[in-house]
Amino acid sequence: MTEPFRDKVDVSMTVNGEPVEARVPAGQHMIDFLRLELGLTGAHASCEHGVCGACTIRVDGDAVRGCLMLAAQADGAEVWTVEGLTDTNTIDDLQDAFIARNALQCGFCTPGMLVAAEELLSKGGVPSRAEIREHLSGNYCRCTGYEAIIDAVESVAQDRAGKVTA
Amino acid sequence: MTIPFNNPDRPNSYIGKTVPRPNAAKLVQGRGRYVDDIVLPRMLHVAFSRSPVAHAKIGTFDLEEAKAVKGVVRIFTGADLAEVCTPWVAVLAHLKGLKSPPEHPLAVDRACWVGEPVVAVVATSRAAAEEAASLVVVDYEELPAVTDTMTALDADTPVIHPELGDNLAFRRLHEEGDVDAAFKSAHKVVSARFRTARHTGVTLEPRSILVDWNPAEGQMTAYHATQAPHMMQTVFAKHLDIPESRVRVVCGDVGGSYGIKVHVYPDEVATAAIAKVMGRPIKFIADRLESFSTDIHARDHEIEAKIAVDEDGKILAIDVDDWTGIGPYSVYPRTSAIEGNQVVNLCGGPYDFANYRAQTTVVFQNKTPTCQYRAVGHPIAVAITEGLVDMAAAAIGMDPVEIRRRNMYADDAYPVTSPAKMRFEGLSHHASMDKLIEMMDYDALRADQAEARKHGKYRGIGIASFIELTNPSPFMYGIGGARISAQDGCTVRMDPDGSVVALSGVTEQGQGTEAMLSQVVAEGVGVKPSKVRVITGDTQVTPYGGGTWASRGAGIGGEAALQAARALRDSILGVAAAMLQTDANKLDIRDGQVVDADTGEERMPLEELGRIVYFRGDTLPKDLPRELVQTRHFITMEYPFAFTNGVQASYLEVDPDTGVVTLLKHWCVEDCGRVINPQLVDEQIRGGIVQGLGGALYEEIHYDEDGQLLNGSMADYLVPMAAEMPDMQIAHVETPTKESELGAKGAGEAGTAGAPAAVMNAINDALRPLGAQVTEMPFTPERILRALGKIND
Repeated sequence: MTEPFRDKVDVSMTVNGEPVEARVPAGQHMIDFLRLELGLTGAHASCEHGVCGACTIRVDGDAVRGCLMLAAQADGAEVWTVEGLTDTNTIDDLQDAFIARNALQCGFCTPGMLVAAEELLSKGGVPSRAEIREHLSGNYCRCTGYEAIIDAVESVAQDRAGKVTA
Repeated sequence: MTIPFNNPDRPNSYIGKTVPRPNAAKLVQGRGRYVDDIVLPRMLHVAFSRSPVAHAKIGTFDLEEAKAVKGVVRIFTGADLAEVCTPWVAVLAHLKGLKSPPEHPLAVDRACWVGEPVVAVVATSRAAAEEAASLVVVDYEELPAVTDTMTALDADTPVIHPELGDNLAFRRLHEEGDVDAAFKSAHKVVSARFRTARHTGVTLEPRSILVDWNPAEGQMTAYHATQAPHMMQTVFAKHLDIPESRVRVVCGDVGGSYGIKVHVYPDEVATAAIAKVMGRPIKFIADRLESFSTDIHARDHEIEAKIAVDEDGKILAIDVDDWTGIGPYSVYPRTSAIEGNQVVNLCGGPYDFANYRAQTTVVFQNKTPTCQYRAVGHPIAVAITEGLVDMAAAAIGMDPVEIRRRNMYADDAYPVTSPAKMRFEGLSHHASMDKLIEMMDYDALRADQAEARKHGKYRGIGIASFIELTNPSPFMYGIGGARISAQDGCTVRMDPDGSVVALSGVTEQGQGTEAMLSQVVAEGVGVKPSKVRVITGDTQVTPYGGGTWASRGAGIGGEAALQAARALRDSILGVAAAMLQTDANKLDIRDGQVVDADTGEERMPLEELGRIVYFRGDTLPKDLPRELVQTRHFITMEYPFAFTNGVQASYLEVDPDTGVVTLLKHWCVEDCGRVINPQLVDEQIRGGIVQGLGGALYEEIHYDEDGQLLNGSMADYLVPMAAEMPDMQIAHVETPTKESELGAKGAGEAGTAGAPAAVMNAINDALRPLGAQVTEMPFTPERILRALGKIND
């Protein structure tokens, strides 16, 4: 027998390493759950239909659009946002490179951009500039013109590769 | 004492160096505070029911279903808000003949574009407000829509606002010399029809406002993503009947503006009006469809233009007939006539020629209102001018660089007044062109182009010289009666620990305003930039200023900061001289220490001076001035605008089978006067170039003939993405303005001004052997294939 439709769903997940249990509206997007319920305002809602990447978060190891995922779908998931990646020093080299290269201006795209860039960097090796551009092509930046972002990601890839071989 | 800028080894030499942005760290950590991040007690959310049709009489409302949605608190119609908010009329006295009807926060009786707010729904959550807004039923009686610019003035076209008589908002004709005679006797005349598409800014942070009215204090606080907090303070005060002193506009982190967030939007004023009626904080965050249908649009121009040259390629005359449709209302308070006016002012800008005629015709239509967007009018004027110059060069068989060199104002010709009656204090067209040609290795590129062509590849080089209007004086808006400040102020104070706080009227939208201010103040006072805390974007706290638009932040706000910092330095040294029993002019401040000016010997750290002034003032002479705070305001007086110049080049490849353009590389040399922070300036240029490349290749708002918006999403309105963009090489020539000690002019719009023309010329350079030419932006594969005759239907 089909379960009757519920407009509230109980979820249990870890967010930035901390256990979270909540009863969420069935239609609530993950990005709204993070921002409105957990106060994690680092990732941003911008296009709200999966094009711009400002809401990119990490779910079970993958860079995911927070606006295309329902909070209800995150039951059992391991979720990381820019706040948690910062607190655990996971991406400080990337953040430092973004600051040094001025790879951000208004900063609205930056948390999502960092998560997307880290997904590429975590694969290891030194991607070509074209590969970096391709990987970040789902993340809009309207301020920088992208070149500084590509420079920053490339420099971190080189540094990390240098550390591996050294 | 003046700062020896030419000596890079001078003490405290932060101006001219790349200094990190103080606000970048919080943004990469996700600790920015944008309006939507702010939550206030008892806050409610507003969503709008908007007109689904381009032009309609508004009949009856059925709000019952909407009211029944759980969480809905109140619903407002246009008539409701008209009782508490006066309408506005966006005209300026110096734009003679400009007319526009009164506009309300919510449409009253008639809706005039798809997206115009009609009903406001207030609820406890945004989701509830949106759901209820979708259930609002309005009886729209459709009226004929005016959508075509070129026929808007025809006798059989309906008049959108009958009380105005016709659909003409503004027309200006400028004529200099004897244009007709020049064309009649010219060696060669080339004409073309250009079109620039309707764009919008696509700020990643949508328009956002949170307004809190505290009736107990009689105070309104608006947390607003805006470029002009003091202007908005005036607007809210005036139209909501609140004393100006009782409106506070706070502008924290802003997620991109590009001119979009410097205008008055009906839904934002409605939000403030509702907050005042309800006595509760009201938040409005536009969704993406609202961004596309209600953020201002821009650049929707159609132009017939021609150029006359002699045998030597000397420009004899330029004639421009520019038309633009601005939607049903001129946008408050800057008006929608400025863009067309800029086209008239800027065409032919780099060139020394005598005979010039330009007319702009600005008409009403039933589309989203247009207004000032990054590089207002420049991309259009540069495309017209540089397109014509390239066509003339081709017609007489001259190299495009050579024809420019023969016509650009000589670098020692200044000051000059252009045929458009623009006054140039000092520009560097030839030095900039020389630098560009060397940087891009023009001859090698031509050789590469020729080699590629042998292999069936169609590569093109496009050059575009340009001027950019920056540092506007009251001649831009103030003389027309708008309360938009051209001056700006900065207060600089030293606290007991020897650190410095700078409060500025210019704002930060990501350009690096606060970094720029921190290094200017650091150098002016004599401390490290990290010792300077910059505060912007709060009308209750900062000196009165204009904000950040028209590339004025560094040139105007930076100079005010420098003057205030120098004055604070003098105040500190006055106290130090009394404490050290010496003359103030024998002392200097370096790196946070009072030092002997001649030897550099350390005499006293600033925190010691702070300790004495703030806690042991009893030990200082009784009549000694000890105010460690200074305010200075700056306004330009000599020139209406500080023009900058530059030149860009694009190298690209066109696939004649698919029409696809691949950008290979882009160069820009620009002269914004004194460069305060080289990295920030370069990144402004790069970001600006890419916004211009978007206009050249992708961006176009589409409407159908009924005025229905066809591409209101990021999936359908294409903007540049990482994979398609080229690397860009940037260089500078520095011709500081003499109007200020700092010598800085603006740099925010140069990239956007020149990039579309450079790309257009490069595409046409590539297509020339195939006998094809494009002049209608964006240069989509379809348009290129049509130009090649490969699509004919």
